[in-house]
Amino acid sequence: MEWRDQGVLLAMRGHGESAAIIEVLTRAHGRHAGVVRGGASRRLAPLLQPGNQIAVAWRARLSEHIGTFTVEPLRARAAGVLADRLALAGLSSICALLAFALPEREACPALHDRSAALLDLLPDTADWPARYLRWELALLEETGFGLDLSACAVTGARDDLAYVSPRSGRAVSRGAAGEWAARLLPLPECLLGQGPATGPEVAAGLRTTGYFLTNRLAPSLGDRPLPAARARLFDLLARQG
Amino acid sequence: MADGPEQIEDLIGLMARLPGLGPRSARRAVLHLIQKRGALMAPLAAAMADVAATARECVRCGNIGNADICALCRDPERATGEICVVETVADLWAMERGRAFSGRYHVLGGALSALDAVGPEDLRIPALVARVADEAVREVILALDATVDGQTTAHYIAEQLAGSGAQVTSLAQGVPVGGELDYLDDGTISAALRARRQF
Repeated sequence: MEWRDQGVLLAMRGHGESAAIIEVLTRAHGRHAGVVRGGASRRLAPLLQPGNQIAVAWRARLSEHIGTFTVEPLRARAAGVLADRLALAGLSSICALLAFALPEREACPALHDRSAALLDLLPDTADWPARYLRWELALLEETGFGLDLSACAVTGARDDLAYVSPRSGRAVSRGAAGEWAARLLPLPECLLGQGPATGPEVAAGLRTTGYFLTNRLAPSLGDRPLPAARARLFDLLARQG
Repeated sequence: MADGPEQIEDLIGLMARLPGLGPRSARRAVLHLIQKRGALMAPLAAAMADVAATARECVRCGNIGNADICALCRDPERATGEICVVETVADLWAMERGRAFSGRYHVLGGALSALDAVGPEDLRIPALVARVADEAVREVILALDATVDGQTTAHYIAEQLAGSGAQVTSLAQGVPVGGELDYLDDGTISAALRARRQF
């Protein structure tokens, strides 16, 4: 068995004294693990940081084996964000959520491309937090828990959408919410790709996507807690003025 | 296949669990020890028994010594108001080999890691915050790995020490001594370029 692809490195852990096991979100082969011989060496360790784009060649005797990767660097993104607290938290959250949420070996080229494009925006593009928020929507969509924010679930109106129903994942307009508003989740304009995207606005959107990640996605994966990296990003954005 | 007495096979089995050794190299090492029994094996066994009985973690910095407070923390000349924060004791020993730092250390015991579910409560970060308050520390030097986990830990510590009055600094990142640009990864080159200084 052998194939070549490229992808985003999601995680690396040591294996023995000099090898490493990496997880890569590849474009055509999905989230895939493999052993990298010499992965803990001085030459390879800097390449095997989460968020980096790498070209991989995977080989194994049988398809169900973990197999071995040979890797070549394409884009070293991690080094560019190490000094930026918020961007580093963003990169960590993206990689941790992809490793947490995606099934192994199922191709999701659209989410790969979207994730790679988002990582390329770090750390210098000002609106990356808003794009990160919409990336979480795409992640929910890819995993089967997508939200329908196109129209009010009660009236069908497309204007004045202000809430999301925690039960149905559909938008609710301000007028239709009435006395139920306190029980609904916030729908900031930036979640719709409109309006201001300040830290607190994005954090409000993340509270909504976080609800569905925690209460819909995580239970479907064995009720594991969401990665701590996402909570750290949420905290940093919520504290921004 | 066992080809020695049971005790020797047991020793080989234990040696093979050490870093850098496998079954074959452990067998060679044990054979060498037996051949140098008086000059090497007996002193080694005595030294290992001594260290096993006395080695302990310093309650203040986390270094390994033979008392509750290690020699570095007891040394009055190291009370410079500077604390260097490292992930592991091996990192502390590496810093000491360089003889470039004359203050005191704080060993975290690892780094924050989403993959391994290591959180702040698993590291000696609260003890560091308490030390900075108690020891009139002027500068905290974060000597953590230039990895995603290492620098996430560094940012977290900097947040925890905000308002402590201590200056928080970190090691520079860039071209290593002896490094040739042609052989460096592009991430290191870009980090070095960002950290450039007046020449």
